[in-house]
Amino acid sequence: MSSRLKFVLIGTAVLSVLPLTVWAQQTGYSGGADYSFGTPASKADIEAWDKDVRPDGMGLPAGSGTYKAGAQLYAEQCASCHGAKLEGVRDPNLPQGGAPALIGGRGTLNTPKFKQTVESYWPYASTLFDYITRAMPYTAPGSLKPDEVYALTEYILAEGNIVPKSAVMDAKSLAKVQMPNKDGFYPDNRPYPVRKYD
Amino acid sequence: MDDNTVGEAVTEAEVERALESDCECRDGMFPQGKIGTSSRRAFLRSGGLLTAAAAIVPVKALAQDASGEAPWSVPGRIAKSDYGTRASFEKVARLASFGGTSSLTPLQASTGIITPSGLHFERHHNGIPTIDPAQHRLIIHGMVDKPMKYSVEDLKRFPSTSRILFVECSGNSNAASRSASQKTAQEAHGLTSTSEWTGVKLSTLLAQVGIKDGAAWVLAEGSDGAMLSRSVPIDKMLDDAMVAYAQNGEAIRPENGYPMRLILPGWEGNINVKWLRRLKIGDKPFMTREETSKYTDLITLTGKARQFSWVMEAKSLITFPSGDMRLPGKGFYEITGLAWSGRAPIERVEVTTDGGKTWALASLQEPVLPKAHVRFRFPWAWDGTEAIIESRATDQTGYVQPTKAFLTATEGVGPTYHYNGIQSWKVAADGSVSNVLQA
Repeated sequence: MSSRLKFVLIGTAVLSVLPLTVWAQQTGYSGGADYSFGTPASKADIEAWDKDVRPDGMGLPAGSGTYKAGAQLYAEQCASCHGAKLEGVRDPNLPQGGAPALIGGRGTLNTPKFKQTVESYWPYASTLFDYITRAMPYTAPGSLKPDEVYALTEYILAEGNIVPKSAVMDAKSLAKVQMPNKDGFYPDNRPYPVRKYD
Repeated sequence: MDDNTVGEAVTEAEVERALESDCECRDGMFPQGKIGTSSRRAFLRSGGLLTAAAAIVPVKALAQDASGEAPWSVPGRIAKSDYGTRASFEKVARLASFGGTSSLTPLQASTGIITPSGLHFERHHNGIPTIDPAQHRLIIHGMVDKPMKYSVEDLKRFPSTSRILFVECSGNSNAASRSASQKTAQEAHGLTSTSEWTGVKLSTLLAQVGIKDGAAWVLAEGSDGAMLSRSVPIDKMLDDAMVAYAQNGEAIRPENGYPMRLILPGWEGNINVKWLRRLKIGDKPFMTREETSKYTDLITLTGKARQFSWVMEAKSLITFPSGDMRLPGKGFYEITGLAWSGRAPIERVEVTTDGGKTWALASLQEPVLPKAHVRFRFPWAWDGTEAIIESRATDQTGYVQPTKAFLTATEGVGPTYHYNGIQSWKVAADGSVSNVLQA
């Protein structure tokens, strides 16, 4: 008998008669689930990252923005990829090959030439604010201040004829914006009835 | 198989004909991207055409390496590399998409079920971040008793779990839903891969922070430039989700989420948030960009969109023979491919070689793992006439992979996500294989 096999057989014999409590003592494992790893996240830790915004307005910061301020910011920071008229650009020399149209497309979603934009498709204005805050502009994501994001949100929504150009966008007014396609979604209804082939 | 005549029928002359034939395909039976004829010759010469042909091809031709020396006539390399690389002859590669926001797995060259980490597809929304694991933290907060912050090392101290799982982008195959313009399996369907993922179960982590009553959704956020975020139902998190730090036995590759990512078995790739830095527990979905304006399924028949359609449904694909290959002549071929379902284990895969008139069961390679690619095989004696070959998968819920016609009738022309229609390849009489739309 090889020494390795002997070891396995003896080990099996020992384990089979050893009560579990003894085994637990020997390994130092009590069976509990208290893994005291990691450190408590401080208020400052959380606040530094907790920037998300929900449709009910939860998470919207203080600040405000106007159409005029938004138009200027858009021309400086957004137009090169999204187009001067928010019409979208496709250009292999741009990051990601260009960026999508932001307005237009209402009435196309039930046609073969569907056009999904902020105006025609996005169900919540909060998503626009949230996305610009964290991910735009592409070359300097996260660099815009809340006032700037409010202004850009106002500009894009006004260009899409969703809010008036005279509106001031802030936490209160943004949470009240009704997007044209807010009722355009339903929860996953798959699977479809199983298709029988034979 | 009775008419498996490979061993005797293939002569040196036939190998040479295959080498010299004026073929539009890129690289013989197994196209390998944009490499030239020389490597195709090398591949065929090295016995890749058909293993049994080796015995009748001159030994010298088979043995030659790049330097022209028979490998056994000179000393080999000694160990010196810290990290191994594949043979210099191997050129199989991912294929980057327009704009460089994704790259596709070369499924047509795949064997078995594991995708090499370097060939795992990638998709990102503001490039691949460079993250120092020593600086990286995962914060769990929101509706919890104890908000916590974990380093990579902290996570590695928890009890770990490993699972072999597919990850498929829900935008995979979307061009195939409209046209047959994508030539290869890679171009048409390459946004799916399978890896072994190792990490900590979310249920373990959530037990540590303590979930408050009313918690129903978890926002998962990445630390890439897009700060990609998705809302995940807490039931899925407690069921089989994990925070993974390893892929195929080593640290996750940067393009796949280094140093940690969320893994949600069977669910669309996008929600398996990479470069994970934050989990916020809440009572409602957060309605991020990636679950409203994107990754929702517009049904153009109605103009309404399906939302929170996370599961990747049963799908399969013949990877050999497949588009842009060329079979060197009639005779035996092993049709092979992959099948997977995010809902339940694969129950069976059927193959047709007559465009769907008759179907027969393919054999499934063990282990048939749930929510992982499954390799299927089907022996075929090609008679040299035109053939349409297809596969269809059924999972254990009884769901059968649909036809393109069924999906078009159900969803209209616009489903950009979750397309899982049956893929047809046409083998022409000259052996060339092309992508064709199913009738």
